[in-house]
Amino acid sequence: MQNIIEINHLFYRYEKDTVLEDITLSVPEGSFLAIVGPNGSGKSTLLKLILGLLKLQKGNISLFGQEISKFKEWHKIGYVSQKANSFNTGFPATVFEVVASGLTKKLGLFTFFKKEDTDTVLTALEAVGMQEFRNRNIGELSGGQQQRVFIARALVSEPKVLILDEPTVGVDAENVDAFYEMLGDLNKHQGITLLLVTHDIGTVSDKVTHVACLNKHLHFHGGTKEFEASRGEGLSAFYGHNVHLLTHHHKHGGVLQ
Amino acid sequence: MISGIFHYEFLQNAFLTGMLIGILAPLLGVFIVVRRLSLIADALSHVTLSGIAASLLLEKYVTSLAGLNPLYLGMVFSVGGSLFIEKLRGVYKHYQELAIPIILSSGIGLGVIFISLANGFNTDLFSYLFGSVSAVSRTDLWVILIISVLVVAVLILLYKELFILSFDEDYAKASGIPAKSIHFIFIIMVALVIAASMRIVGILLVSSLMTLPVAASIRIAKGFKQAIFLSVLFGEISVLGGLFIAYYLNLAPGGTIVMLAVLILIFSILYKKLMINQYVQKGGTAG
Repeated sequence: MQNIIEINHLFYRYEKDTVLEDITLSVPEGSFLAIVGPNGSGKSTLLKLILGLLKLQKGNISLFGQEISKFKEWHKIGYVSQKANSFNTGFPATVFEVVASGLTKKLGLFTFFKKEDTDTVLTALEAVGMQEFRNRNIGELSGGQQQRVFIARALVSEPKVLILDEPTVGVDAENVDAFYEMLGDLNKHQGITLLLVTHDIGTVSDKVTHVACLNKHLHFHGGTKEFEASRGEGLSAFYGHNVHLLTHHHKHGGVLQ
Repeated sequence: MISGIFHYEFLQNAFLTGMLIGILAPLLGVFIVVRRLSLIADALSHVTLSGIAASLLLEKYVTSLAGLNPLYLGMVFSVGGSLFIEKLRGVYKHYQELAIPIILSSGIGLGVIFISLANGFNTDLFSYLFGSVSAVSRTDLWVILIISVLVVAVLILLYKELFILSFDEDYAKASGIPAKSIHFIFIIMVALVIAASMRIVGILLVSSLMTLPVAASIRIAKGFKQAIFLSVLFGEISVLGGLFIAYYLNLAPGGTIVMLAVLILIFSILYKKLMINQYVQKGGTAG
């Protein structure tokens, strides 16, 4: 299986503060990786580096087997940013318009939306279970529904991998399971590789196939089963030793108590 | 009675120009408002004033420039001001709104100096401040027509990109859209439209034509395209209605246009309230 993302001995510092130290990590095709770490652990920096929004300082990143500096096929990578800080909820746009805007880059400059693009948008809305909301204004939806719309926006350009930054922030606790259900579905049935970062280990569900614990260093990286078997030792490095990871299989893979 | 209005060339000029501005200002205004850049329009209009004052000054002292249309220098200053704002927004990354008062006060300061050098106000300058029906020349009309065609063409061609840039700038950048260049083109269009609009509504009121119809439309619009459509509709009603009323009642057109826009805004707020109340009442009877 090809590694979609490969990170080798990556370091990153902002002026005097080192935020990432010697990170080596790979994301195999078809996997669902959760990168877990507390706030300020360098998760967002890592994402920005993977997305090419920050310049590499030391170490390297390959995407689809190609060095990031030479990588051109960005449409293969879908990105769902942390919703809370990047959009104005009073914006007068329908769900359909928001999702269609995900086609902007793929269609290119000086082009217009075509008939078949409408189908693409509706298919993406169906994949996240939001087709009936297509004519609603985005600001009228709940946090979880908005997050689904943003995933649909990333899906319209038919990416191979979806990168999600804290996707469950702003999703009501009772809807988090359904949200992961949908992500698991995208991963299993549509074959989309998923990479998400979260500070909340409680939200990592059994749909996740791999876990990485990050806090400047990589403390753990492996399958979800090994992670559970290790009783979250990777986590104790930054969440403290008296934190235990409880497993109950009917709902989440691991719950922090 | 209406045919009487179109008997005079200056009135034809005023109405045709008004129609164009009624489309242009709210059209760009939608993007300005949703991007929270409303005050930029204000800053640029004040910079335009200094350009016009400079032009009037030149006209007075340089005989070869007599008859120079102040619109041109106004546009040059407006575009120049927009570039300065962008530069300043880069300098003060964490105080981006600071660029606006800096440019606004510089524009006024410079304008006042030019005015004093030209020995104070004259009626011509007064008409630029508050708008005038009689001041619009045929040349103005042509210039504004060219700007209209240009702006509408750019908006159609870059609609997708402007939408995504307005809705979610981070996402636009992350997906590799040339955000900087598109923003640059956009801000130049804003500068041109502001300079073009001031003949009719006046410098002090230009920004209102970019914001009031939009403020009314986003209360009630479903979706972005509808917001654009309603903004242009409200803008057009304000401008044409305002011009008629101003002409017959002998009022300043700028003020009349703006007050009509305010009236529409109040109606749209009340309409929305009514809708919400009805919705709540319906929910109440159903539950």
